[in-house]
Amino acid sequence: MTWLAADVAASREETPRVRTLELDVPDWPGHRAGQHLDVRLTAEDGYQAERSYSIASAPGDGVTLTVERLDDGEVSPYLVDEAREGDRVEVRGPIGGYFVWDGDEPEPVLLVGGGSGVVPLAAMARQRARVGSTAPMKLLRSSRTIEEVIYREELDALAGGGFEVVHTLTRSQPPGWTGYSRRIDRELLAEVAWPASESPRVYVCGSTRFVDAAADGLLQAGYDARWIRTERFGATG
Amino acid sequence: MIGTSELRLDGNAIGGLLLELFGAELTAAPCVCGSCGAREEMARLDVYLGAGIVVRCRHCEGVMLRIVQGHGQTWLDLSGVGSLELSSQ
Repeated sequence: MTWLAADVAASREETPRVRTLELDVPDWPGHRAGQHLDVRLTAEDGYQAERSYSIASAPGDGVTLTVERLDDGEVSPYLVDEAREGDRVEVRGPIGGYFVWDGDEPEPVLLVGGGSGVVPLAAMARQRARVGSTAPMKLLRSSRTIEEVIYREELDALAGGGFEVVHTLTRSQPPGWTGYSRRIDRELLAEVAWPASESPRVYVCGSTRFVDAAADGLLQAGYDARWIRTERFGATG
Repeated sequence: MIGTSELRLDGNAIGGLLLELFGAELTAAPCVCGSCGAREEMARLDVYLGAGIVVRCRHCEGVMLRIVQGHGQTWLDLSGVGSLELSSQ
């Protein structure tokens, strides 16, 4: 697998710390919802740094990344603060055959995302809409504040027709907030998650701590470990 | 400061590196632990990223893979893997 040239075609701010980059990758072989790619930056002195980022776009809809700036990171500060239209990076991918959902299965789907862990889950929600899947899908997302909810308007607008978005805001809530306002725990999962009798497909993405807490809560709710697919992201982006 | 638990990722994190080394998608490939015999997809193994990469069984925590890269070389220790199942697709 070789590194491919990728040019930033457009970018937009999602939150002050998070930016979406649309990449033009002429040799992109296509991808599946949930996959990621590696981005490599090369400094003038030849020093190279690479990190993995989830692909936000549905298959067939270009290559879009949504990147959260980690202040001591080597790659994310550049992608969020500096990379703009016309800038070139290198990418390797798509990567992953485990944390993927193609939209061709009828079983209910539970997506659980913490912070920017929503990115690959958003690709799955977009894929559901794109292929007209009727699989019931719930997206449970945890964010610190309402301002930090990535893709809020777009994903909330997808709701209906078997797709539901449930929010929890863990740090502060706006006036009149009717969603959850605590970290995801066993009781919250018991209220939101599909009954275990429905053998749902589950995708959990976030920090290690978030993923472990969500997976433990689902196991306690009677879910089979084989139904739960997780992807942890690191603190060194 | 990053706690130890935050350094533990999973096999998804090394999917690109494995693709480069083996020329195949391996995150969905079942691996059998050489220590306890548990069989899990690579994505379900514990991965620790540091100066090198250590992959541990999520059940017995036995070391399954170690990968160190530098100076244009890759050093790969697979001695903790009982078997690895590759899809022929």
